[in-house]
Amino acid sequence: MTQAQQPERAPQRSLDPHLHRYARRTAGMTASQIRALFAVASRPEVVSLAGGMPYLPALPMESLAEEVARVVDSEGLTALQYGSAQGTVELREQICEVMALEGISAHPDDVTVTVGSQMALDMVTRIFCDPDDVVLAEAPSYVGALTTFASYQAQVVHVAMDDDGLVPAALRAALGSLRAQGRTPKFLYTVPNFHNPAGVTLAVPRRAEILEICAEHDVLVIEDNPYGLLGFEGQTYPALRACDPVNVVYLGSFSKTFAPGLRVGWALAPHAVREKLVLAAESATLCPPAFTQTVVSRYLATHDWKGQIKTYREAYRERRDAMLDALEHYLPGCTWTHPAGGFYVWLTVPEGLDTKAMLPRAVTQRVAYVPGTAFYADSLGSRQMRLSFCYPTAERITEGVRRLAAVLDGETELLATFGSVGPRAVSGPQAPSPDTA
Amino acid sequence: MTERAVTDRHVAVLAGGLSHEREVSLRSGRRVSAALREAGLVVEEWDADATLVTRLVEHRPAAVVVALHGGAGENGATQSVLEMLGVPYVGADPRACRRAWDKPCAKAELAQAGYATPNWIALPHATFRDLGARAVLDALITRLGLPLMLKPDQGGSALGAHVVREPDELPAAMVGCLAYGDTVLAERFVDGVEVAITVLEESDGPRALPAVEVDPGNGVYDYTARYTAGLTTFHAPARLDPGAAAAAGELAVAAHRLLGLRDFSRTDAVITPDGVAHFLEVNVAPGLTETSLLPMAVECAKSDLGSVFAALVERAVARGAS
Repeated sequence: MTQAQQPERAPQRSLDPHLHRYARRTAGMTASQIRALFAVASRPEVVSLAGGMPYLPALPMESLAEEVARVVDSEGLTALQYGSAQGTVELREQICEVMALEGISAHPDDVTVTVGSQMALDMVTRIFCDPDDVVLAEAPSYVGALTTFASYQAQVVHVAMDDDGLVPAALRAALGSLRAQGRTPKFLYTVPNFHNPAGVTLAVPRRAEILEICAEHDVLVIEDNPYGLLGFEGQTYPALRACDPVNVVYLGSFSKTFAPGLRVGWALAPHAVREKLVLAAESATLCPPAFTQTVVSRYLATHDWKGQIKTYREAYRERRDAMLDALEHYLPGCTWTHPAGGFYVWLTVPEGLDTKAMLPRAVTQRVAYVPGTAFYADSLGSRQMRLSFCYPTAERITEGVRRLAAVLDGETELLATFGSVGPRAVSGPQAPSPDTA
Repeated sequence: MTERAVTDRHVAVLAGGLSHEREVSLRSGRRVSAALREAGLVVEEWDADATLVTRLVEHRPAAVVVALHGGAGENGATQSVLEMLGVPYVGADPRACRRAWDKPCAKAELAQAGYATPNWIALPHATFRDLGARAVLDALITRLGLPLMLKPDQGGSALGAHVVREPDELPAAMVGCLAYGDTVLAERFVDGVEVAITVLEESDGPRALPAVEVDPGNGVYDYTARYTAGLTTFHAPARLDPGAAAAAGELAVAAHRLLGLRDFSRTDAVITPDGVAHFLEVNVAPGLTETSLLPMAVECAKSDLGSVFAALVERAVARGAS
C-alpha cells in the first residue's frame, strides 16, 4: 500500500482556494498552451501576423504630446475628474460627425461613450442576453465578441459568409431552423465592413436584405464597425444603422482611426436601449475616462483627423499589397480573401492541415498567426488562419509569409507520413491577448 | 518575512527566451527574482535576446540564475555562453544539461544504472516517413503496448504530450507531438502516483526534498492542468508510505548524480502500487511559478525560495567562473 495511511501528514493543497466559488461562466477561463505560444510573438525575431495592432508610428507624436500637455494644463480640473456615465457632450457631438461619414444621422443624446467598443459590446450583451439565449454571428466572427457572448453564457449560432459578406439565404435558413426549435435569437452580431477576421465586406445590395430579414424575424442587429473608414481607395459603405435607426445598435471606435491605447469607443442606440446601456455602463465603470475623452475631443478639434485616416489607409494598403503578393508567390496551394480595407486576410490551407496544431511549428520558424478556430464558437476553422498585415513593414510581411510557407511544407510532410488525422482539440483561449500579439 | 541576507550581490535572472515555454519562463523569472530580492540580493531580470551578451560583459553580475525553460535554457547553450564569458551561474554545466535535456538519453542512463523507467522508444519523423508510418506504429504498439505516453524528446510543460489509449489515436498524437520537435519519445504509460522530487545540493551533497504529488482534476497533467490554479490538487509531501517516499528520493538523487547535475534539479516520476519509483525525466531549469512544483517542495521542507536560491547563488559565486 503506497497511498497514505496517515493522510494528516499530507496536506492537500489546491492553488486556488476559491475554486468552488466561481460562477459557471468562468468554465473556459483556463490556461492555454495555444495562447502561451503567443508570448513569443512579441519578440522582434518573430514576424507577428497575429495581432491587429494599428500602425501607431503613423501618428504625429510630437503634436499629440503637446495636445495632451494642453489638456492637463488648461482642462485638467475636468479632464481628471469623474464625468457623465454617458460621456462628454462635446465628444458625443463629434462622434456624430464621424458617423455621418458613413451616412448615419444621429443625435448626440443617443450616443454612449464606452471604454473601447469592446465595452459597448459587453454592455449590449449584458442588457439583452440571459444564459442560454441564442445570438447569431458571422462564420467566422470576431474573437472578442465570441468571448463576450461566452462570458454571458449565450449560445452562438454562426451564419455563413462568402466574398460578399453575410449570406442572406444562410441567415434565413438559420432563423428558420431556430424557429423550428421554438427559439428566437436575441440579436445578429455583424461586422459589415472589412471584416475581422474574414477581410470581406457586406455587399451594398445585401444590406437592405439583411435588415429586412432581421426585421421580419424580430431580431435586433448589432453593427460593429471599427474599420469602416479604412477602405483602401477611400470608399465607404452605407452603415446598416443609416438604413434602420430603430432596429440597429451601432458600435464604433477610435482604436483603428486614432489610437487603441486611449480606449474610446461608443454605442449608438435607440433611446430606450441607450437608457439601459448608460445604466449598465455606470455599474461597470461609473463613467468612461474623462481624460482620454478630452484628448480625443481635442484631437478631433485641432488635428487633421481625416488626413490621419488617409495616412493610415495608405500604410495599410501598402501592407495589404505586400501580403497578397507574398501569398501569391509562396503559398500557391492556399486560398485567401482579398480585403479592400481593414487589417486582415483570411487564409485557407489545404485539406488535412490543422492551423492550430501547427502553431508550435510556426513559432519555431519565428512567425505567428491566429488559428481559425479562435473565430468560431463551435470548433470549426481548423483549416483557416487570420493573417494581420496592419503592423509589420511590407518587407517583414513578405518574410513572414515565406516562413509560413516553410511551416506548411513541414506540416504537409507530416501528413504525408501519418495521413489525415482531422482537427485536434486544445482547451482554453486560442487567440493572443492584446499585449502579446 | 525572510531575514535579509547581508549581501548586495548583483544577480541576473535570465527569463523569457524564444522557446515555446517563454510565458512560463517569464513567470518563473519574476517569481525567483522577487524571492531573491526578498533575500536581500540586487536582482535584474534579463531576457535572453540580442542584448544579453553585451549586458553580461558590461554589468558582470556576481552570478546568473537561468530561469529559461526549454531550448537554450536547458540544453546547455546558455550555460556554454556563460562559461565562455566567465560568468558564474547557478545550475548544471553544459554537458550535464545536454544529457538531462535529451529525455531518451537520461532514461537510458537511469535504466543502465538499474533504476526503473517506463519502456520507451524514441524515433525521428524521418524514420516513420522512410519506413512507412503504419508499419512502424504497429511495431511500436506491439513492443510497448497501450496506453502510451507520447512526448517530444526535448522540452517541457507537457507541450506536445499526449496519452494514447487506442491505436487509432496514435497518428493524430504523433502529428501533434512532432509539431514541437523532430523526434518523438513513446513511453509505456505507467499508472500510479505522479510525483515531482526536488533535489538541492548542500555542503554535504545532494538531498531530496519531500516529493510533491500531483493529482490533476481531469486525470492528465497537461498544460492547462499545470498552469490553471485550482485545476490540479497537490499533496506535499506526497501520500506515499515511507518506503515509497524513500524510493522516490533515492531515484531523484541518483538521477542528479548519474547525469552530473549541479545545485538543483527536479525529477518527475510515477510511483506504482508496488512502491517502485519509475523515472520519467529530470529538469535542470524547472518551473518556479506560482503553480510550479519546486517552490511547493521548498515550502514543504520548511524553507523558502529566496533562501534556497540565495544559497545557490553563493555556491555559484564561490565556484567562480568555470
